[in-house]
Amino acid sequence: MSDMHSHLAFVRTEMLAQQEPPIKEKGIVKWARSNLFSNWVNSVLTIVALYVIVRLIFSAGPWFLNGIWDTSSLAQCREILDGARGACFSVLSERWQQLLFGIAYPSDQYWRPTLAFVLMLVAAAPVLFVALPRAMLIITGLFPFVAYWLLWGGTIMTSVFVLIGVVVGYLVFTKAERFGFVLGLVAGLIAAVVVWKIGGAITPAVDGIMVLEPVASRDMGGFMLNMMLGVVCISLSLPIGIMLALGRQSHMPIIKGISVVFIEFIRGVPLITLLFVASVVLAYFFPPETNMDLILRVIIMITMFSSAYIAEVIRGGLAALPKGQYEAADSLGLDYAQAMRLIILPQALKISIPGIVNVAVGLFKDTTLVSVISMFDLVGMIRGPILASTEWNGVYWELYGFAALLFFVTCYSISQYSQWLERQLRTDHR
Amino acid sequence: MKKSVFLGALTVAGLTAGAAAAATLDDVKARGTLNCGVTTGLVGFAAPDANGEWQGFDVSVCRAVAAAVLGDPTAVEFVPTTGKTRFTALASGEIDLLARNTTWTFSRDTDLKFDFVGVNYYDGQGFMVPKALGVTSAKELDGATVCIQTGTTTELNLADFFRTNNIEYTPVPIETNAEAQPLYLEGACDVYTTDASGLAATRAAFENPGDHVILPEIISKEPLGPLVRHGDNDWGDIASWTLMALIAAEEYGITSANIEEMSAGTNNPEINRILGTEGELGAMIGLDAEWAKRAIAAGGNYGEIFAKNIGEETPVGLARGLNAQWTDGGLLYAPPFR
Repeated sequence: MSDMHSHLAFVRTEMLAQQEPPIKEKGIVKWARSNLFSNWVNSVLTIVALYVIVRLIFSAGPWFLNGIWDTSSLAQCREILDGARGACFSVLSERWQQLLFGIAYPSDQYWRPTLAFVLMLVAAAPVLFVALPRAMLIITGLFPFVAYWLLWGGTIMTSVFVLIGVVVGYLVFTKAERFGFVLGLVAGLIAAVVVWKIGGAITPAVDGIMVLEPVASRDMGGFMLNMMLGVVCISLSLPIGIMLALGRQSHMPIIKGISVVFIEFIRGVPLITLLFVASVVLAYFFPPETNMDLILRVIIMITMFSSAYIAEVIRGGLAALPKGQYEAADSLGLDYAQAMRLIILPQALKISIPGIVNVAVGLFKDTTLVSVISMFDLVGMIRGPILASTEWNGVYWELYGFAALLFFVTCYSISQYSQWLERQLRTDHR
Repeated sequence: MKKSVFLGALTVAGLTAGAAAAATLDDVKARGTLNCGVTTGLVGFAAPDANGEWQGFDVSVCRAVAAAVLGDPTAVEFVPTTGKTRFTALASGEIDLLARNTTWTFSRDTDLKFDFVGVNYYDGQGFMVPKALGVTSAKELDGATVCIQTGTTTELNLADFFRTNNIEYTPVPIETNAEAQPLYLEGACDVYTTDASGLAATRAAFENPGDHVILPEIISKEPLGPLVRHGDNDWGDIASWTLMALIAAEEYGITSANIEEMSAGTNNPEINRILGTEGELGAMIGLDAEWAKRAIAAGGNYGEIFAKNIGEETPVGLARGLNAQWTDGGLLYAPPFR
């Protein structure tokens, strides 16, 4: 039998060479056929979309290409363009410092917010990327104090004393913690306050050390102000939000009550109302000369607002955990703080990441609302001083496009990071 | 406990506020700067330039008062305010003087407890429409959509005007003048109404100003002036007479160019009294003899300030009109310095 088979003429003895796929089934044609023209509905949509894109390119293209970068007023731009379509980007090249830093930040000091921004990226890195060496967290810890000194100026001793107070308070807390958590907290707080008081008394004496030109809060503005508000409020509202979420689940009626009332009240009020309270109503309560810093007032209000939202997001994460996790923690003999820190929160926070990022992105964009209470943030700068100057009255697309670009870059990076983080933390087997 | 502390704090705040209100001049001198409320930006009236220096017609009033009181026209802390925040900023003591194209009305003067110290610009509300609309009178605007700034007197005047003429309109509320411009140009509203000075400034910034007309009707009186808190009359007098000094300086021909020469002494006793070479006028308002001289030197007399910021040579291009001296048929009339 086997002999017979080997001599059959119609059985090939060698493999056929691999053939090219048919032209319809390979390369760009296949891709276009399966993705763009798979049926007639898709074909129509593709053609319509192509038409729209071409129209957009043809209408916006000349506008960008004809853009003028070096005039000193809109009237000059129009003169040069002489009726042709074209952007007047000169407003950006002349006023970019104001858009980034506000009108009154001294121009020879722009390196300070820039440095603070770079340091912020460095300080945020170890928090955001676990792979980086943990020693970098020291930079993160020092960053708020350095940034305050860089942005507001004055002597560095103010920041140093505040830092010493925090460190002493923490040390006292760790020593006193064995007598009870609350007692430790109170002792730590008292120690910190004592150090701050001493520091406040000494500061005038050592005023001359490493002094930067002081900059008042009302001189801050532009995108810098948006960044400051966004970064400070998000980083403050995360821990506060976690505490509120835990407080709301607590079995202690007073803590639970305070948390519920706070969250529900803040969530029931629009942010713009809180900002008006910060700028207008609070001014009546303080005596005129103890004028509390407007930025501080705004930071408090935005932080309250976003922590209420973050608390609800995290509560969702907590509620999503099966009851067995809580019981497992109890059966291991962990106390409340340990159970939360080691078992519950890591899982709950992981679930909450998309929600938290959502709040963070929304909050960052909401910082532009401060323009309504006459602070010159990026949008406030555009709406107020720049559009009201005789040179640039009437330039809209260029300015708002620039603002949109800055915000898009920031928000898109945040969202990309969160997606990356979700992939990193995924432990299930999907 | 918490409540009583809060109430206590309120009482203390109220008391200190009362005490501080009584001596704004001392506060300003102790602080070394004048806190002056201005708009967040209005072409020609107040806007920071590329270097962050505030410029404009209203800003000049702030600088003149600072020069008179503190001897330095740059010793001003400008506090930008919106139409909504301006009055609380003044009432709460955050600012000492509000120079923000604010219309002098009965209720603002009495009910809101402010004192208008004078009028630096006589304005009136007008309408601007595209020429293509073919409208020649505001009374033909039946059924129009109107862009209108919220929180201003123009909003109320508009309602009054349309009611008295028994015609209908749809308001499109906007926040600032800068916002109105694109809305109007894109046709979101048929008509833009605001003070005539604002209309002229807005139209001047258009690509084709000729395509738009400002209708002849002026439907309201808008005396715009600086204001201070009620109850501190000494401070109000200073602000008021600084403004009067600027106006009188134009009348008597004192300019920033010849002020040094004139302050050496002239044979016009009124000029001498203003410039402090004769009489004791400065001492009467708690300032030194040269207060008015410094105020005028800061930015020139009223006419110079007008010409530099909003006059016909500037892009805003406003004629003096009602804002001419009384000797030229206008309404500016400074009381005698005596």
